[in-house]
Amino acid sequence: AAAPLRHASGRAGRTYRDTAAYQHIVAAFRAHRVTSEKLCRAQQELHFQAATYLCLLRSVREHTALHQEYHGKGERSPEEVAGLVGFRLPQQPGGKG
Amino acid sequence: MFLPPERKRFYQNVSISQGEGGFEINLDHRKLKTPHAKLFTVPSEALAIAVATEWDSQKDTIKFYTMHLTTLCNTALDNPTQRNKTQLIRAAVKFLETDTVCYRVEEPAALAELQKNEWDPIVAWAEKRYNVAIGSSTSILGPNIPASTKETFITHLASYNMWALQGIEYVITQLKSLILSMGLIDRHITVEKAVLLSRLEEEYQIQRWGNVEWAHDYDLCELRARAAAGTLFVHLCSESSTVKHKLLQD
Repeated sequence: AAAPLRHASGRAGRTYRDTAAYQHIVAAFRAHRVTSEKLCRAQQELHFQAATYLCLLRSVREHTALHQEYHGKGERSPEEVAGLVGFRLPQQPGGKG
Repeated sequence: MFLPPERKRFYQNVSISQGEGGFEINLDHRKLKTPHAKLFTVPSEALAIAVATEWDSQKDTIKFYTMHLTTLCNTALDNPTQRNKTQLIRAAVKFLETDTVCYRVEEPAALAELQKNEWDPIVAWAEKRYNVAIGSSTSILGPNIPASTKETFITHLASYNMWALQGIEYVITQLKSLILSMGLIDRHITVEKAVLLSRLEEEYQIQRWGNVEWAHDYDLCELRARAAAGTLFVHLCSESSTVKHKLLQD
């Protein structure tokens, strides 16, 4: 779970270890570090939660990267849009007058 | 209040604090509000931390469409669809009638086989876990769900608080399956598995016919993010530590 938190620290100059989220997770894992079988279920629940949170952080990162790549280029100009479908605007050479 | 898809990050520091109504998110000195201008408060400290992390993860621009936990909290606080607990439960259970894992094809044979192999086990798990009859169907009307089965799920979902229910209904809507959602909530399957099972037919068609690569990954990542957020939200809103905290507050 620490891995995606490294990426989540938005501001430069601060390590993921300083983040509240990391500290919370470490504290939670320490609290559940017991050998009793009774608390095994609590451990399993914590593992599932960590895995789910990891999935969330990773998926958001990947989705954002894909969004930037394919949607983040900003609006296309009319010329670009026309060009996409093989047309030219009237004022361009070769375009319909 | 309309939220633009993106806006510049306007705060340096994100922190949480505890107020009368629960945990609050501070963006510098400002307290976060919901779209309906209510004070943003959450009942769980872990949830507040996760929401704060979403806000602190934003770089130059705030990408609201990636902040799923914040969105879920806003929905729980504002209740924009104005539904009460009963309505929310009925909406959730209604999905069983068109549950993805119960709706089977007869052709092509390969897909029918894939559905049988991948979906039969999770249906069997739900039937055993909840002691109900569900089955599956190739009929266009879908499976015939006994009233007793619906009642069992209605009773079960009623044991969740309003916040957790918003999360459950959200996951069901995203995965288009009550059964897969319960599999997640009960920690029987992972988010990755639930999403894969939800998209089984799509994955099959893509393998068969090919696809626009990036679009596939885009949809997959988005569904994973939403299902993961919803599941985490449900667990954080219904865990016993939250209840303990509320008792302490009194």
